[in-house]
Formats: sequence, structure tokens, C-alpha cells
Amino acid sequence: MSLLIVTPIVAPLLAALAGVAFRERPVVQRLISLAGPLSMLGSGLALLVIVDSDGIQATNLGDWPAPFGIVLVADLFSAFMLLMAGIVSLAALLYSFATLRERNIRFGHYSVVNLMLVGVSGAFLTGDMFNLFVWFELMLIASFVLLALGGGRRRIEGAVKYVAINLLSSAFFLSGAGLLYASTGTLNMADLSVKIAQVDNQGLVTTIAMFFVISFGLKSAAFPMFFWLPASYHTPSIDVTALFSGLLTKVGVYALIRTFTLVFANDVDFTHTLIMVLAGFTMVVGVIGAIAQYDYRRLLSFHIVSQIGYMLMGLSIFTPAAIAGAILFMAHNILVKTSLFLVGGLIAQFSGTESLNRLGDMYRSKPMIAALFAVAALSLAGLPPSSGFISKLALVRAGIEAEAYVITGISLFVSLLTLYSMIKIWNSVFWRPAPQDAAGPVTEKPGGARLALMLSPALLLIGLSVVFGFVAQPVFELATAAAESLIEPSAYVDAVLGETS
Amino acid sequence: MNSVLLMTTARLLISILLLFAIFLLVRGHNAPGGGFIAGLVVASAVGLYALAFDIRSARSLLRVHPRTIIAVGLLVAVLSALPGMFSGDPFMTGIWVDFSVGGESVKLGTPLLFDLGVFLVVVGMATIALLWLAEEEG
Repeated sequence: MSLLIVTPIVAPLLAALAGVAFRERPVVQRLISLAGPLSMLGSGLALLVIVDSDGIQATNLGDWPAPFGIVLVADLFSAFMLLMAGIVSLAALLYSFATLRERNIRFGHYSVVNLMLVGVSGAFLTGDMFNLFVWFELMLIASFVLLALGGGRRRIEGAVKYVAINLLSSAFFLSGAGLLYASTGTLNMADLSVKIAQVDNQGLVTTIAMFFVISFGLKSAAFPMFFWLPASYHTPSIDVTALFSGLLTKVGVYALIRTFTLVFANDVDFTHTLIMVLAGFTMVVGVIGAIAQYDYRRLLSFHIVSQIGYMLMGLSIFTPAAIAGAILFMAHNILVKTSLFLVGGLIAQFSGTESLNRLGDMYRSKPMIAALFAVAALSLAGLPPSSGFISKLALVRAGIEAEAYVITGISLFVSLLTLYSMIKIWNSVFWRPAPQDAAGPVTEKPGGARLALMLSPALLLIGLSVVFGFVAQPVFELATAAAESLIEPSAYVDAVLGETS
Repeated sequence: MNSVLLMTTARLLISILLLFAIFLLVRGHNAPGGGFIAGLVVASAVGLYALAFDIRSARSLLRVHPRTIIAVGLLVAVLSALPGMFSGDPFMTGIWVDFSVGGESVKLGTPLLFDLGVFLVVVGMATIALLWLAEEEG
């Protein structure tokens, strides 16, 4: 079992190293780089099956027994997230095969992508607070390189903002972890789950919880700590933006859900109410920010923020149904957001711009792209029969059941505004006649195999989103089972610490 | 800089520093020392060479690009974590081999291999930074 759990960490690491050995061979590098996403996809799938039948799997690294050593744990939630992360990173890589310049490949673009995936897998699998910090740092360093790679003033500016704010987040994380260790004497999450209730000073525990809200809130771009995301996500190459949108903020949300179900679940009245307030503001402010934007990628960046609010909403209601909704929404959002960015890349490829003011009439010239966008946009807004509908339905139903009417009302209102801003993109990019100062057609248009390589990732993700909507029942059951084991962490604790505890 | 004094002592010091680095690396498992600090010592030896002679000859002292050293170091560290799995233990479990050399019992294990990996990564990383900064300066 150990092998399956460490594969998604070791395989991308080896792929990154092999990429260094084949520095001057772009074709070989591309092939090697696939090892990371494929290993995540494969072991995510295998772990889902095994955890579903045999229960939560854990392995003690170096054979040091928990809670003293570092433990890697796979439960349904982490295995599911691993699978989704594998799918989107595969799609983003395939897209970059068609678009990435060879110069960036020589700089080691694919090695860095794989290093980032090491961090993502590690964050999903670790059962140790400090280890989580280390994976976050690895992800931060790799994503910083990806943002800045290729140079240019604009990129460096975006990257500097990104790294500055993330260092602040790391400082909060480290302080929180230090305080946590000082008051409980352990950083093993399962052990914390048991010991945190025994701390005399529960006020201190709530204070520590706030450190983690700030840190993970910054990572996942929740209100009021979201401003860095729209300021940096529009600068790198589009496959990098697509990858980031599918992975990075979601790992932040994953960490929030993990810690605020397993560790900080004693003072739910205060902590989760606060998260609910943040969730409401995140949804509203994100979508209002999006409405004011006229740049395709900036607009979508604000939507990332807005949708983080839905995931937090699921966590804050804190019933199994609501957390199941949050998990479904994360999966849905990973697929759809990445595919919308990839479609944006296609639009930019054919028209040479991402500014909504200078686009138009693409419905006539590129019906395929228009169709892809339409399906993805409607899924994002939550229209049936897509993944967006299913996950929003699950969230709203859980909200009404838990009598959280205000946040449920806000979420429905924000869906409407999301639909509005998707229609705005549709109108200005595809529907209306091209404006006077429209961007001229680009001279070099991709064709044949290269075009197929660019279209297929978006097609794959949007297809999955639609399939998701049709096979809602099993996916919903999976999410519910995952959520139940999150709310009731005794199985997790037993798997890590052994039955005797 | 062309100081005969520095050139002569640098030659002498560098060999001592390199020996000291090996000492630190091997000693690290049970006592203060280890791959990280040994790597820094080697990097400082390269830095000293660059000061006494010039940066280009310091680069050629390493024979391969520091980037390659980092990659090899990481690879060694990852591989050192694997043998434990072949004997059915979890990832990164230390495997020890015990044998005697001239009546003394010597224990060699995968943690030493891991330390060697750390050592190479630090050597590569620190020399890249050091030589790059020195070039900016010049």
C-alpha cells in the first residue's frame, strides 16, 4: 500500500529530474513530463477503489510510528482530489505541448511543472501539519518560477506580487503550527484531532485556528485576501494560468476543509460562522469584480475568487451534505475553470488578443470554440445537465436543510451574476459583429495535428463536466461518503494511530 | 586578485576543506555534521578558489555544471528512499548493512545515501549562487 501512496509524490519528482537530463530534447521532455499527471491520475483512481472497499490507507514514512514520524494518509477526499488534479494537469500539459515555446522548455518548464505537482500530491496526502507547510512551500517556489519564466516586465511584476503575499501566508502558517505544537505537543493531524479537545485554554486554540484561516484564506484567495490573484494570474502563458486555476487555490481550500474538519472542529459556532461570513463576501465581491473586467483572463480570475466562496460555504454549513456539496463543487470547478482558461487560450491564439473590447464575431468563424465556451460557461453558471448544476444543487439543498438561508440566498444570487458575466463574454467574443478596432487576424494560425492537440484538452474537460452531470448519482454518493468520514474523523484517527488509541 | 600568498594557502586550504567535508558528511548520522553542512564547506572551498584565482577556473574545478550536481543529488536522495520498500517496509525506511573492517564494526545504510544526496544538492545550489554573485560583482 505504501507504494501506491508515495507514487504520486515520487513519480513527478523523478520526471522532473529526468527532464533536467534531457534538457536539449524538447520532444523527450514532453513525453517524460506526462509521468507526473498520469501517476496522480492512476494512483488517485486506484486509491479511490481501495479506500472505498478497505477503508482509509496510511503509511508511516521511514517506519517511524505515528504520531512521531510523518504519515501519509489517503482517504476518499484526498484520493478524489488527487484524481481531479491528475486530470487537469494532464489537460494543461497537453495544451502546452502545442503552444509552449522551445525556449521555455529548455529553461526547464516541464521539470518545474512536475515539481509543483509533487507539492500538490504531497499536500493532498500528508497527515502532518508541518509536512503540509513544506509541500505548500514547494508548490510556492515552483509556481513562482512558472509565473516568472520567460521574463518580461509584466510577468516579473505579477510574480513578485504573488510571492510576496504567499510568503506572508507562509509566515502565518508557520506561526500557527508553532503555537499548535506548543499547546498540544504534536503536529500529527490525527493526533491533534484527539488532543486539541484536551487543551485547557480553548481560547488559544480558536486564536490558532484564526492563523490558519488567514494563511489558507490567502492561499485559496478568499475575501478579504483575494486581491493578489487577479493581479498575477493574467500574466503567465495560458497553460500555466489554466494549471494554477485548477490546482493552487483548490489545494488551499483542501487544506481549509481538512484542518477545519479534523483539527479545529470544537468551536464550530465561532470558527465556521466566521468562515461563512468570509464565504458570502468572497462570492459577492468576486463576481462583482468580474463584472467590471474587460479582459478575458482577468474576468475569469475574479470568477475563481467568487467560486472559492461556494466551497467555503459548504465547509461553513458543516453538515455531511454541505461538505459533500463543497467536494463536488471543487471537482466541478477544477474541470470547468481550467477548460475556460484553455478556451481563452484558443481565442487568443486565433484573434491575437484577450481584450473583450477588441473581439467579436467568433461564432461565425470558429463555431467549435464557441460551442466549447458555451457549454463550459453554462456549466460554470450552474445550468443542467452539467457538473455545475449538480454541485450547486447539492450545496443549495444542504443550505436549506441546515436553515442557512442567507448564505444560500447569496449563492443563488451570485449564480445569476455569474450567468450574466458569462453572457457578457459570449456577447462580446462570439455574438456581436466585430468592432471597428478589432484585433487583426493573426498571421500564423495553427492547423492539423497542432490544432487537435490544442482543442482536445478543453474538449476532454468539458466532456467530463457534462458526463459528471449525467452520472451524478455515483459521484454524489462518493462525495457523501468522503464528507461523512471528514465530519466523523474517528476512522481517520484509527487508520493513522492504530485501533488502540 | 593576484596574491601569491592567497594562491598558495588556497591550494593547501582547499584540500583540507574537502577532507573536512567528507569527515562531516560521514560523521553526520550520530554527531553534529551531515550532508547540508558538508555541502556548504565544499561550496566555500570553491568560493575560496574563485577568490584566489578566477571564476572561470573555479567553474572548471567542478567539471560538470552545478545544475547537474543538484539533479544527481536529488536522484540519489530519492533512490535512497526506495530500498526499504523492496523489503516490504514503508517508503524511506532505513536499511543497514553491518560488516567489519580490521576488527572494527562498520555500519552503512541508506540514510547515509540520503545524506550524500543532500550534500550534492547543497554543493550545486551554493556554488551556483556563489559563482553567480561573484560574476555580478566582477
